[in-house]
Amino acid sequence: MSESAPLPRENEPAEKRLDVLAAVREAAIAALVAFGLFVLLIGVRTDQGPTGALVFTTRFGLLAEIVAAVFVGRLLRALTWREATFSIGRLVPASFKAAASGIAVYAAAAFVAFSFLVPIIFYTNRYALNLAILIATYTMLGFGLNIVVGLAGLLDLGYVAFYAVGAYSYALIAQNFGLSFWICLPLAGILAAFAGLLLGFPVLRLRGDYLAIVTLGFGEIVRLILLNWQDFTGGPNGVSAPHPTFFGLPFTDADHGFAATFGLTYAPAHRAVFLYYLILALALITNWVTLRLRRLPIGRAWEALREDEIACRALGINTTTTKLTAFSMGAMFGGFAGAFFAMRQGFISPESFTFGESAFVLAIVVLGGMGSQLGAAVAATVMLGGFELFREFEQYRMLVFGAAMVAIVIYRPRGLVSTRTPSVFLHERKAVPAAIVQDARTESST
Amino acid sequence: MSSAQILTVEHLTMRFGGLTAVGDLSFVARQREITALIGPNGAGKTTLFNCITGFYKPTVGRLRLAHPDGASFLLERLPGFRIAREARVARTFQNVRLFAGMTLLENLLVAQHNTLMLASGFTVLGLVGSRAYARAEAAAIDKARYWLDRVGLAARADDAAGALPYGAQRRLEIARAMCTDPVLLCLDEPAAGLNGRESAELNEFLRAIREEHGTSILLIEHDMGVVMEISDHIVVLDYGVKIADGAPNEVRNDAKVIAAYLGVADEDVESVGAEVGL
Repeated sequence: MSESAPLPRENEPAEKRLDVLAAVREAAIAALVAFGLFVLLIGVRTDQGPTGALVFTTRFGLLAEIVAAVFVGRLLRALTWREATFSIGRLVPASFKAAASGIAVYAAAAFVAFSFLVPIIFYTNRYALNLAILIATYTMLGFGLNIVVGLAGLLDLGYVAFYAVGAYSYALIAQNFGLSFWICLPLAGILAAFAGLLLGFPVLRLRGDYLAIVTLGFGEIVRLILLNWQDFTGGPNGVSAPHPTFFGLPFTDADHGFAATFGLTYAPAHRAVFLYYLILALALITNWVTLRLRRLPIGRAWEALREDEIACRALGINTTTTKLTAFSMGAMFGGFAGAFFAMRQGFISPESFTFGESAFVLAIVVLGGMGSQLGAAVAATVMLGGFELFREFEQYRMLVFGAAMVAIVIYRPRGLVSTRTPSVFLHERKAVPAAIVQDARTESST
Repeated sequence: MSSAQILTVEHLTMRFGGLTAVGDLSFVARQREITALIGPNGAGKTTLFNCITGFYKPTVGRLRLAHPDGASFLLERLPGFRIAREARVARTFQNVRLFAGMTLLENLLVAQHNTLMLASGFTVLGLVGSRAYARAEAAAIDKARYWLDRVGLAARADDAAGALPYGAQRRLEIARAMCTDPVLLCLDEPAAGLNGRESAELNEFLRAIREEHGTSILLIEHDMGVVMEISDHIVVLDYGVKIADGAPNEVRNDAKVIAAYLGVADEDVESVGAEVGL
């Protein structure tokens, strides 16, 4: 394209005419596609008639309007808005871009600082506090999945299985053996890590799409087991989990409760604040451990595995254990988050662990930028916050969500934080542009 | 000329279904020598490398690796990663396989994974920030810096490996292999795509590796300038079978080798064919 620019311009008028023709053709094709899409969706509809029977109505006028709108819109776009002449990136001044990359460090610090202040700012706003707890939970899940998908490059579509294992571990152990949360939490993590190993073994040889399909199946298997093993898990009736206590002090109005012991006036918000700081601490620990692991040989081996598995083997790295540690480490954090979820909800059932959850957590990781911790936190905030923000628009909510996803895929295909930060440096730390970095979707040939 | 053997290949055969990529191949590579494997495309050179480094399990045959300190390994019985870790055979690839999204320094640290893993107490000590691990990492970085200096890439240590030009990527791959402290270094076409000056530098570098580090080198190469100049011993393969084995001068004048590379004149087909055994 760019090479042809300095050619002589004598035949320019002909080229122009050609452009218009091409644009019309492009618009016609778009209109045809729109017609095909909407002819049954909009052109025809069934309503309930006065007698209760279905009545067949047509709306061809509306259909024609929509197709015409698509034609005109596409024509205008083809004539005015070409890739070479317009891109969102150009609207942002270079100086701002340079500043933005420096800001990232402060943004992370500000993000953490703000997250500590949330319960103070929203102390009376129960709704905001609950939303913050939810965001922190998903951030933690994002961090956990980031190890598997972002670092090791293993596309896992069944991550919710580990979340479920953690949640059920807590609920069942606490219910049957009366153990406290602090004992159940590590147990839930260990059991989830074990589930990660179980998943890891059969998928050692798989990569990319194939791995995605098997992990998807694994997630469904776990959910179906929870649903059908009635005697153990309670099946669709779920299990109730003990309510949170402050190291044994219940959050109630009773004499031995949290408020009475510390001489405070009882408020239901105490419990939410406690839960918030608990999940915040868990998420920050996950973050700290992950950042630390990235700088250790195991973390570098995970990333090397993502980049080139064959080269890893040639360098004497045991790819089996490296993959399994990635799976089980990611699963362990998912298990912790699950245990927290069960305690907060007080009741869990298989309905909470559908594929939709896996997809949502994966969306957080992909949107945030593979392997980026800050990106995952921002993505969780934006997605959950955005979801709540558009709650009033009810039926348009999913439309806005979909449009936002499409926009991100077009303009930031590598996620919000699209560069990779090296784990170690000799002279200066330079970010690696995402175009060079492999990710879980690109399959390395053998 | 008669130093101890490092790699002994005995009756190695590798079949893929009906195709025999390597057939009953036997040869010896000696310590501190540069052994070159040459042959036309499809002769089975890379297949042999894949057998030596554990990517393929040979159908028949034995690959014995003897360390200078007396330890010996049967490579065909070891899984791939243990060949690199314990038998200390390192390799490069015909189509460069670097960790493109990681920096040069990180590439060389990944190569020292097993040493560092041990020093980090299998992650536990590293996670709690032990001094011993910090020291081990500093030593690993020093070693990486040494090898980056040797291949002239120290200034680009913090750039992504994928951003390097092709010749530099090849050099980095050799440096990465050397970071594993190999006893035997297997290079798959290291001079491919290099210009004259670069391949002269490569010759120097390979000689220096052998002199200073005592590493034996097994080399696949099509660039005869490189092969004839630096190798002590050449093995020629054609259709998976060894057709010549000896010093560069002997191989250069071998009728079978010339026939395999250049073909023969029409009038000589009969006589050469009889000699080769057709």
